[in-house]
Amino acid sequence: MRTIRFLLEKEFRQIFRNKAILLMIMVMPVMQLIVLPLAANYEVKNINLSVVDHDHSSYSQKLISKVTASGYFKLTGYNGLFKEGMKLIETDKADLILEIPRGFERNLVREGHQQLFIAVNAINGVKANLGGAYLGTIIRDFNNDIRLQLLPPLKFDGATVIEINSSNLFNPLMKYKFFMVPGILAILVTMIGGFLSALNIVKEKEFGTIEQINVSPIRKHHFILGKLIPFWVLGNVVFTLGLLVSWLVYGIVPLGNLVVLYLFASVFLLAILGFGLLVSTYCDTQQQAMFIMFFFMMIFILMGGLFTSIDSMPEWAKIVSRFNPVSYLIEVMRMVILKGSSLRDILPQLSTVGLFALVLNAWAIWNYKKRN
Amino acid sequence: MEYVIKTDKLTKRFGDFVATNEITFEVEKGEIFGFLGANGAGKTTAMRMLCGLSMPSSGTATVAGFDVYKQTEEIKRNIGYMSQRFSLYEDLTVQENIRFFGGIYGLSNQEIKTKSEDLLEQLGLKNEAKKLVASLPLGWKQKLSFSVAVLHQPKIVFLDEPTGGVDPVTRRQFWDLIYEASAKGITVFVTTHYMDEAEYCNRISIMVDGKIEALDTPANLKSQFKVNSMDEVFFELARGAKRSD
Repeated sequence: MRTIRFLLEKEFRQIFRNKAILLMIMVMPVMQLIVLPLAANYEVKNINLSVVDHDHSSYSQKLISKVTASGYFKLTGYNGLFKEGMKLIETDKADLILEIPRGFERNLVREGHQQLFIAVNAINGVKANLGGAYLGTIIRDFNNDIRLQLLPPLKFDGATVIEINSSNLFNPLMKYKFFMVPGILAILVTMIGGFLSALNIVKEKEFGTIEQINVSPIRKHHFILGKLIPFWVLGNVVFTLGLLVSWLVYGIVPLGNLVVLYLFASVFLLAILGFGLLVSTYCDTQQQAMFIMFFFMMIFILMGGLFTSIDSMPEWAKIVSRFNPVSYLIEVMRMVILKGSSLRDILPQLSTVGLFALVLNAWAIWNYKKRN
Repeated sequence: MEYVIKTDKLTKRFGDFVATNEITFEVEKGEIFGFLGANGAGKTTAMRMLCGLSMPSSGTATVAGFDVYKQTEEIKRNIGYMSQRFSLYEDLTVQENIRFFGGIYGLSNQEIKTKSEDLLEQLGLKNEAKKLVASLPLGWKQKLSFSVAVLHQPKIVFLDEPTGGVDPVTRRQFWDLIYEASAKGITVFVTTHYMDEAEYCNRISIMVDGKIEALDTPANLKSQFKVNSMDEVFFELARGAKRSD
């Protein structure tokens, strides 16, 4: 126990002496948590729309003003020729073309049906998808308006209409930030913990100081614990800072119990730090450790369920994500913060991540060799 | 005679390369044992095996009475080690380094306090106690490094080229420290390239291409090879060396 005390004393001294790193640890998460959720936003706005109007009727004008009034679209072109509209797409000035055919108004009024043509620039998949969907909804709405005008009221028109009313649970206003902030905090905690621990033992290898440790009677698990505990404390500090920022800046107050949240974060930190230390024991230089961590971090983050839902991933990816500790943290953060889940609700995730922590740290201790 | 190090055909292979080839020797308690050889002769490898940092491929050895295969942790409690590379923490102060290494060898707070005061006094580092080790000149670092290696009063201290790159005056001071440690009963096992330093040793061994080619007191070696200086003894032996780096 006494050895660990000396190891901790040394690690903390080294951490607090390196002001640049310390500043990074404290300022980086706060800055990123303030900036990223504002920028990383799924709500698609300002879709550039080019209208090719062959009809020039009052109905086509009505449709166009209804589309632009929605706030999602910006009219960047209004032409009489499809070719012109296409040019705007090619030069990236438009994302969507709405083509209104000749006789649009006449056909609607006389024959009761008319077709519109939407061409979507699908290079940006999200924008194209949502843009197309928004436009479709607006046109359907427009359609209903016209029917009300044209058809005599109360007359059965033959078509059944199902209307859907939905209510958004736990995030009633569908505020994107409520969804994003806990996820981004999860990633920040992961990155800081993972990289710091991965670089640490390797740094001692590079500087040669590990020799002096290896030739001493320090026990292996003491050494690893001496590395684990300081970063665990730092990780919890970062986590706390993050929660404060989400409260002060975004007004997000965890619905669930804070103790449950911290319990999970603490166990998760043990797992990700164990992973970092494991990488550290396998590498000889900080550069190697950095690249290996980068490789895994990309996978952890992109397959963690922050940007894309794990449920919509292919089967093999779902299996991979089951071994991704970050996916559990993101899930639990959202569960506890937004849904108010209790300890019992997160017990499966907690035990899985606990198992990760155990295995990874044991592996790191096993792989750290005082003699080779 | 009591031996603190005993090896029998101790060998280390890296693939096809035999770094240390069946070396057999003894080191007596309390002596200053010089371990000489050209670059790449296998000195560091041999030393690392004795310190429990490297697993021998074959042969046997005991250090301070403990087996190098099975009892490395016991060995580590009884030795001090100063590696070729400076390996104190540069981002800790002189005092913090002393405290840390004293602590992990199990010295009590009181012992750490008195010993570090003595040490700082002896090295003339009192004013530098609160300075980062990184800011010290190399010679001072090496002296500090040695003092830290013997802080816990080990039975044996292993020094791997401790005076490399150090000026002659500091080297001389360094050897004063070695003598002092030796006077306290610490056996000194030292590798060096400087032949004048070899003269300071009680006995020396000279390694060539992984083998020990000569082992005796400096005086006996000189008369054996009928030369006047250790330099010449070394040349006689190392001339035939096939490997160097």
